[in-house]
Amino acid sequence: MTFAIRTGSSGASLSRSTMDASRAASEPRLSVEQVSYAYAPNPQQAPIFTLEATSFQAKSGEVVAILGPNASGKSTLLQIVSGAMQPLSGRVLLNGFVTHDLEPRIRGQRIAVVQQESQLLFPSKAWEFVMQGRHPYGKSLRFETGDDVAIAKNALAQVGAEYLSDRWMDQISGGEKQRVILARALAQQPLLLLLDEPTLHLDIGAQVDLLETLRKLAAENRYTVVVVTHELNLVGEYADQVVLLQKGRCLRVGPPSSVFQRDLLEQVFQTQLSVEAGSNGRPRVNILPGT
Amino acid sequence: MRPLTVSRLVMNCAILAAILFCVMVLALKFGAVHVSLYGLGRDLLRVFMGKSTEISSNYSLILNLRLPRIWLSVLVGASLAIAGTSFQALLRNPLADPYVLGVSNGAAVGAILALLLEPHLALSPEIASIFTPLGGFLGAAVAITAVYFLGRREGHIDSNTLLLGGVITASLLSAIIILLLTTIPSSNVRGMAYWLMGELSTVPSRPLAWVLRVGFFVAAAVIYTTASDLNLLLSGEKEAMHLGVDVRRIRLVVYIAASALTGLAVAMSGSIGYIGLLVPHVMRMIFGSDHRLLIPASAFGGAIVLVIADTLARTIAAPSELPVGAITAIAGAPLFIYLLRRKLA
Repeated sequence: MTFAIRTGSSGASLSRSTMDASRAASEPRLSVEQVSYAYAPNPQQAPIFTLEATSFQAKSGEVVAILGPNASGKSTLLQIVSGAMQPLSGRVLLNGFVTHDLEPRIRGQRIAVVQQESQLLFPSKAWEFVMQGRHPYGKSLRFETGDDVAIAKNALAQVGAEYLSDRWMDQISGGEKQRVILARALAQQPLLLLLDEPTLHLDIGAQVDLLETLRKLAAENRYTVVVVTHELNLVGEYADQVVLLQKGRCLRVGPPSSVFQRDLLEQVFQTQLSVEAGSNGRPRVNILPGT
Repeated sequence: MRPLTVSRLVMNCAILAAILFCVMVLALKFGAVHVSLYGLGRDLLRVFMGKSTEISSNYSLILNLRLPRIWLSVLVGASLAIAGTSFQALLRNPLADPYVLGVSNGAAVGAILALLLEPHLALSPEIASIFTPLGGFLGAAVAITAVYFLGRREGHIDSNTLLLGGVITASLLSAIIILLLTTIPSSNVRGMAYWLMGELSTVPSRPLAWVLRVGFFVAAAVIYTTASDLNLLLSGEKEAMHLGVDVRRIRLVVYIAASALTGLAVAMSGSIGYIGLLVPHVMRMIFGSDHRLLIPASAFGGAIVLVIADTLARTIAAPSELPVGAITAIAGAPLFIYLLRRKLA
């Protein structure tokens, strides 16, 4: 299903779609080219964290997982991809445009980011929260149009959260909140959907539910999805590509079957495990007890 | 889903404007000299029709003395409430008020210095009449600038650093105020103390009133253009940035405009507490958190509350006057506790 409202919302998005479509035929949608980063508390000090040159590419409709233990640089890489942080070297191209150089509103129209948590200072209703996703499409005091309402409703429906529309954000469960946050990202109608540990506070059922939704959305709306997660088996099951990081180094990029090698994963996660192929051919990881 | 529409915004503002009008009329009626509503209405109509010469002396007194003071209350109340709303969103802190960053203490230091300097300068009566408020405004401007540089991190305003810088500056300035107060002649201390607690009895001269009006409308308009960005800042700076907000620009614009509003208000009336803290919260409970409605609603709410508080200040112990800041604090503190308990419940 294509996002029916998408092309009808404005002239700007129409021209963007035309431009993006012509590019899509020849280039990957997302191209991360040798990006590196160094963080030091102040310029006089040596960096306390570095991300070494990392590259990967993704097409529309693909789900890419960034995997690695704590402090491996996953969230840093995601922030660089989003354009919020400038890399020390290299560049990130989205449909041929450097993400960091995009004007904030344009970036908001093309890239949606779902953070680990969303803490509201004052409570708002779920629909108000989702409507924030339309902000990049307006200027200044712009009041929401009927199209915006339809897109927000559609976004809530796509994540199965229509019934939450009139509920207060501080009165819904963690899983429900995560769906509403995802709906806000969908309301941005992005080309690139980035998620930073979206399964962090979810039970296993909600985690599977979320990843299945992402998989479905990527296929239906032709989003490119990049997700940072610790969940090895969810990655093995749902990702098309894996970027494996350890201590700021990119160790391997490829489909889960090529990245999920027992020795490699044991070295990265410092625990003994086994990798076997599931009934659908995708790799499954088992942590070996007593290790 | 019921997103805000222009008609709903206008309707809510019209209701609040009508309430403000009624409160202003009642404030005109009450005071040391009592007047009838009928006489007041008749003479107001004559003023609007350009027949000012036909109004009786009692009413002339009220329209020339009480009305400018009420207008001052309206502008100061609206300024403080808009500044409070803006600072709460900018600093992501529900306890933020217009004075949290030390602007009022800066204004107080400036005003006290002006009071100390005035006798030693041969000032014309026109300049002398605006010397203290001018000193107050310059003091506020210096404090705003100092806090801005203290609140910068990697070349840009950082909300947490700004808050810390503001609190420290406010604390330093309050120590300076105490030091300066000990150097003021005792005859001036009572007047200064009134000014520190807030008072609206000194109506600004005509040019100063124009500065206040123009400053208010420019700063309020600038803040209002950022209303939908402020909505997103409530979710956090990173989220706002990912939703297309130019966070650095918005923070700078709102900081300068809200500080200017506070500086103007404090320079004209001293530190009137609780308006900038409580009014935004009450309006948020009534109208929600959408700043496109919240900012004008807070402006009307601040104006209404301050007109009522000032009317009480000048009538409760008439013919003496109480400092309006004491009235807002006495009423505001219990109300704040009530709202807090209600939220916890």
